[in-house]
Amino acid sequence: MATDRSARRVRPADVGWYVLLTGLSVIVLFPVWMTIVRALANPSKSLLQTRPKLYPVDVQWDAFGKAFTAGNLGRPLIYSLAVTMLVVIGQTITSVLAAYAFAFLRFPLKRLLFALTVATLLLPIEVTLITNVRTFQSLGWVGTSQNPAQALGAMVLPFLATALGIFLVRQGFLGIPKDLRDAATLDGYGHLRFLWKVAVPVTRPIIGSFVLISFLGAYNQYVWPRQVITQTRNNTVQLALRAVAGQDLGHFNLPFASAIIAAFPVLILLIAFQRQLVRGLTAGAVKG
Amino acid sequence: MLGPALAVFGLFSYWPLWRLIHYALYQQNQTGSRERYVGPSQIKDTLTSSAFTGGVETTLKYLLFSVPLGVVLGMALAMAAHRRLRGIKIFQTIFSSTIASSTAVAAVVFFTLVNPAIGYFRSVSWLDLNHPTSALFAISLSSIWQSLGLTFVIVSAGLQTVPEELIEAATLDGYGPLRRFFRITVPLLSPTLLFLGVVLSVQALQAYAQIEILTNGGPAGSTETLLFKITHLQQPASLGQGAAMSLGLFVLTMIVAFAQFLILDRRVHYGD
Repeated sequence: MATDRSARRVRPADVGWYVLLTGLSVIVLFPVWMTIVRALANPSKSLLQTRPKLYPVDVQWDAFGKAFTAGNLGRPLIYSLAVTMLVVIGQTITSVLAAYAFAFLRFPLKRLLFALTVATLLLPIEVTLITNVRTFQSLGWVGTSQNPAQALGAMVLPFLATALGIFLVRQGFLGIPKDLRDAATLDGYGHLRFLWKVAVPVTRPIIGSFVLISFLGAYNQYVWPRQVITQTRNNTVQLALRAVAGQDLGHFNLPFASAIIAAFPVLILLIAFQRQLVRGLTAGAVKG
Repeated sequence: MLGPALAVFGLFSYWPLWRLIHYALYQQNQTGSRERYVGPSQIKDTLTSSAFTGGVETTLKYLLFSVPLGVVLGMALAMAAHRRLRGIKIFQTIFSSTIASSTAVAAVVFFTLVNPAIGYFRSVSWLDLNHPTSALFAISLSSIWQSLGLTFVIVSAGLQTVPEELIEAATLDGYGPLRRFFRITVPLLSPTLLFLGVVLSVQALQAYAQIEILTNGGPAGSTETLLFKITHLQQPASLGQGAAMSLGLFVLTMIVAFAQFLILDRRVHYGD
């Protein structure tokens, strides 16, 4: 412990590292700073500048409020969170159940079904995009008369199960000592009781990590919602950000305030559960 | 217990794959009310068309712009932050912070840097979104920045597994920092770097939001990746081409994602 503490005292030789690390931090955060500048600057004044400024010109603090009033961000935000909740809950349940079957049960065609499950990693929504869109078109859920429930269904259903989740949870289940299973069997535990009382509590860290990366993936979705959301009122937050390109000049601070607001829920998760999130991300990468 | 998961995979992975093959072999009339078998020639014609080869070229260019530079930058950050210093946690948090950004958020963030009207670097010629040769590179920077957090945490996790005694022993043997880096750190890190390369490559193949938001495929179609083109081939008359191109994307994804699966098996470990 003593060596640890001495290593943590700032030594003169460390100054160089602090300079380097600070420089790198400035580079990484510079895009964020410019987004804050754009969100706070008076849009009509800042757009007339011949050279963009590094600080907000004529600061207006109302952009974040206006993102909700003039920009109508509230509805997409709630909608995104609803989609995310449903996907996370769905994926967690199907992953735990399927992982249990693959880890502990014996049934015919098990190897084939596991192979088919893992092979879905080769079929991301981007590959099957146009035929999945047609599935929902034929249901009448995608089109000019799309209601919010149909949009929600189209966004959630294809993501109610994921091979990554099944794979990760199964790895966790396979790590449960055989003694523990034998003891549970001797105590007369059936499969459901063993799953609920032993397997899930024991693998809680893994399931927790999966919940976080599942949240990230669902909340950050773009290309699939973009194809199946046909009414502006059913937009998710990510789709609402698309408006930046066509924004009228008087409101050119709103998209940047919206982007900051959109990143907020994930930022909170990142701060609150950094360790678990990093563990999930390093085990299986996530897109979005 | 398997039922729900298998139903989802059947309905939204395998059935659509089957339909892709079907549409690739059939031609639809204008309204999609009738179709006629045209056979593999439609696939062949599509995959040899300049639309497809151009899309593949743009996609692979995007991958080459974003993946190597992304890995190198993530490694640089991870190496810089991999040391015992007071307050190092703050820097580690900053370096991983771009995880909070989605591709759409990153695109809006980069709007403030490279947009031709308001971007801070709008007069930098090699980041010019209005020019075909620089637009794709400028977009790829938003991808690199967005995945920097992910890259940083993955390389950092890899660095934890490099034994410190090995580095110390090499130092005693007179290895300089560069030699230590290339002879010890990089080889020991290679599984991590490979995994990372695969992950970033899959993301590059699927890039969409940043392209739509920053250039919408322009200028002159120079940033139309394969996926971008596919999303514009959904009318009944062009569905055959869209399906054939999707199968092309499938093959590209398969090549990369298969490698991912091979590595994933070895990567999953939860010690702490």
